[in-house]
Amino acid sequence: MLLIRCPYCEEERPELEFRNAGEAHIARSTNIAAESDEDFEAFFFIRSNPKGLIYERWRHIHGCARFFNAVRDTVTDKFVMTYKAGEPKPKLKEGSH
Amino acid sequence: MAKAATAAGTAALRRPAQAGREFSASAAKVAMLPPAERISLRAPEASVAALSKALGVKLPQAPKTSASAKGRTALWLGPDEWLVIDEAGGDPLADAAKAKDLHSAVGISHRNVAIAVTGAGAEATINAGCPQDLSLAAFPVGACSRTVLGKIEIVLLRTAADAFRVECWRSFSDYAFTFLTDAARDAAA
Repeated sequence: MLLIRCPYCEEERPELEFRNAGEAHIARSTNIAAESDEDFEAFFFIRSNPKGLIYERWRHIHGCARFFNAVRDTVTDKFVMTYKAGEPKPKLKEGSH
Repeated sequence: MAKAATAAGTAALRRPAQAGREFSASAAKVAMLPPAERISLRAPEASVAALSKALGVKLPQAPKTSASAKGRTALWLGPDEWLVIDEAGGDPLADAAKAKDLHSAVGISHRNVAIAVTGAGAEATINAGCPQDLSLAAFPVGACSRTVLGKIEIVLLRTAADAFRVECWRSFSDYAFTFLTDAARDAAA
């Protein structure tokens, strides 16, 4: 079983307590009505789906119930790091972990 | 709620789920605990001091910790969320209302039931369905956490080195009790 570090509980917890919540750092437009169809499509449907490092939202739903962000490698399934929601996106180089 | 019903002359007959059920195996004992008053409390950090004073128990602010005073226990569930259990017949909902600072307190006395798991095999019994590290080093006496047990969500509190309190929703109580019964039997083996 994977152990995922929850930044709010400040320790590693079993993966069964967590739920994935999609890609992180997708900002909703402040004026969504003025968005063009193309921009809205990109915001709403298009995800990066990389092979390698991905920035994701996760929720410690069966624990503190908080959302946080995680950096995960989609090839190895390894969690590189987790950080609190609202914190800036960490810059990580591919293959540096 | 119960008080209001009595005042109106229509006292509600309370039948707690699984009341009185218990099971003993050689290594662990599983037993339903008597009804208790409970509230689900959400509050920002600025309100914590006032709420602690109103409730008479200091709300813990470190993850996975609980605090207890005069039959009332406050369990840290999240950075701004607590479960307060009163086993002394008090009314935590009314006490929380005395604090004028911003908070949300919801009475959940009838939503949850509690199961006590005690004995040398208590840790193994819970670990049959809970993936957390329950060794005394990682989960000391007084530690608490919302977590999972088999297919359901529970709130787990360690009341002694060999005793746990399992809080689950009453509609899941039959599943939880049966699961723990089987686990206690296995823990003995």
